Amino acid sequence: MDAEAQTPKIEIRDLTMAYGSFVVMRDINASIKRGEIFIIMGGSGCGKSTLLRQMIGLKEPAQGDIFYDGVPFWKSSDEERQKRLRTFGVAFQGGALWSSMTLAENIGLPLGEYTDLSAAEIADIARLKLALVGLKGFEDYYPSEISGGMSKRAGLARALALDPDILFFDEPSAGLDPISSHNLDQLILQLRDSLGATFVVVSHELQSIFAIGDNSVFLDINTRTMRAQGNPRDLLQHSTDPYVREFLARGESAPAKPAPEPTPV
Amino acid sequence: MGKNQPLPSEQTDARLTVRRNASGSLVLEIAGDWLARAGLPGIEPVERELAAAGGAKALEFDTAALGRWNSGLMTFILKCHALCETHKLEFRAETLPAAVAKLIRLSRVVPEKKDAVRTVRQVPFLERVGESAIGAWAGTRGMLTFTGENVLAFLNMLRGRAQFRWADTFLVMQECGPQALGIVALINFLIGLILAFVGATELTRFGASIYVADMVSIATVREMGCIMTGIIICGRTGAAFAAQLGTMKVNQEIEAFQTFGISPVEFLVLPRMLALIAMMPLLVLFADLISIAGGFLISTMMLNITPTLYLHRAVQAITLTSFLLGVFKGAYFGVLIALTGCLRGIQCGSNAAAVGLATTSAVVTGITAIIASDGIFAVICKALDI
Repeated sequence: MDAEAQTPKIEIRDLTMAYGSFVVMRDINASIKRGEIFIIMGGSGCGKSTLLRQMIGLKEPAQGDIFYDGVPFWKSSDEERQKRLRTFGVAFQGGALWSSMTLAENIGLPLGEYTDLSAAEIADIARLKLALVGLKGFEDYYPSEISGGMSKRAGLARALALDPDILFFDEPSAGLDPISSHNLDQLILQLRDSLGATFVVVSHELQSIFAIGDNSVFLDINTRTMRAQGNPRDLLQHSTDPYVREFLARGESAPAKPAPEPTPV
Repeated sequence: MGKNQPLPSEQTDARLTVRRNASGSLVLEIAGDWLARAGLPGIEPVERELAAAGGAKALEFDTAALGRWNSGLMTFILKCHALCETHKLEFRAETLPAAVAKLIRLSRVVPEKKDAVRTVRQVPFLERVGESAIGAWAGTRGMLTFTGENVLAFLNMLRGRAQFRWADTFLVMQECGPQALGIVALINFLIGLILAFVGATELTRFGASIYVADMVSIATVREMGCIMTGIIICGRTGAAFAAQLGTMKVNQEIEAFQTFGISPVEFLVLPRMLALIAMMPLLVLFADLISIAGGFLISTMMLNITPTLYLHRAVQAITLTSFLLGVFKGAYFGVLIALTGCLRGIQCGSNAAAVGLATTSAVVTGITAIIASDGIFAVICKALDI
């Protein structure tokens, strides 16, 4: 780790998540490089979304911390954390668009709060972000008037509003048909390549995981900790943990012989 | 029995016969239609046979005469399987029809999760008392924190630094002000009528029916106008606030505000609070007027008081202090309604049932707070001789 010249963009150190005295996950460690697409995967209900909530400042971890550019997130002052939040973009599972506002207003609101752009400039940016996710012409629609897949994309457009450094995406493929899901994966890849942003994606859709993931952490509800970290394609071939290989092979018996050494991180 | 003769009725009776075969196995002859309904044969005959004779090594099935079947048969077979396990019998699944055997295997692939079945634990009395005390304290702390956050948001607004939009404020004003005029007018007109009726029956006995005007005016302006308007707006607007914010919570819209560093209290609660503070005094003023008009109707039509006399007495009875007291209380109730409605909405859990609970709780808390604080106001006013 020390040999690397670049500090990792995100580093999760000894993170323990708990609700009251009930520990959901313990000892999570991961390191994410700039420009990577990092997947948080695991079975249903294992705490993937909880980990995401801790990374975006919605729930304080019981122990440990997350470091962005080497700076601790939870152990810094409220003000610094707020400043850090402004470099994030978060796309929620169902879009979570503000229902009383049009799509353009949804994207324009954070711009109005944090920039000194004029209303016309904000409208231009909103149009651009909607065009990026393929929703050109839907500026004046309300969230209730568009489909679930469109809401997801509009949520991504809103997450892109402040040109974030890190984009968090909760379950991009959930509830989408295969074509929309594939298109969304391609969109994520293109955005990463063109914006250079780092992506953190919660997912359990294998096709999507293999299509976009550079790095991943595998959470397991039974052991209450992470069971693997690394590129999901490597994990499928070489993970020493048969359960991880089984998960990645969709429950079919593990394909490859276990590698003699643990997977390199 | 035994012959698979279709009976004239649509569904043949399910029949179970227990016998032993030459090799000492217990054979269950299952015949007829085993469709889930009351009156299917139970496991008892098998248990009886096992207890009576014992020594059997295996359980077999003879399903030559089995008609249609569904879960009714499955539950019976599963019971037989459990019986085999307790009595250490061999369960010969191969003697069952292939489809039944497959389903039995499927239902047993994943072993039962031992700690998954919920057991109802008897909670000792002291523990329950302690838990509800902790719950009450947590609730109070939540309310105090929320009130504090609102005060901070208000101060931020005065410094011009709050993150909220006046457009939202005006929209809420329209919803809770002009659009509530109808119901406020109706209820307060009826309250005026009722007050005048009560006054009329009692005061006429003393020949003092002229004082109906005084009574209606003072009661309305000091108490009834603001209380009734407060209760109406709490049920109408407070409930709407809780439902709106609760649904936003369910849709993660409130979390979306937080991730953008926008305070939900400033962006969502502040406009609602400001709207009610602005609208409630106006609604109370309107309510006062309408209620006195209700009294006017009764007095002039039933008590032979001339319109001029009623208006004259009413104007004489109302002091500026009592009028302002009512209007001020209206604004104060507006704050209470916005606080309770928005608090319950923001505290809402993340499912549809929670939104219903939040709405109920908002109205109950709101009305309780209105009546209780009105009582406190009455005591203070008495002490200060207002």
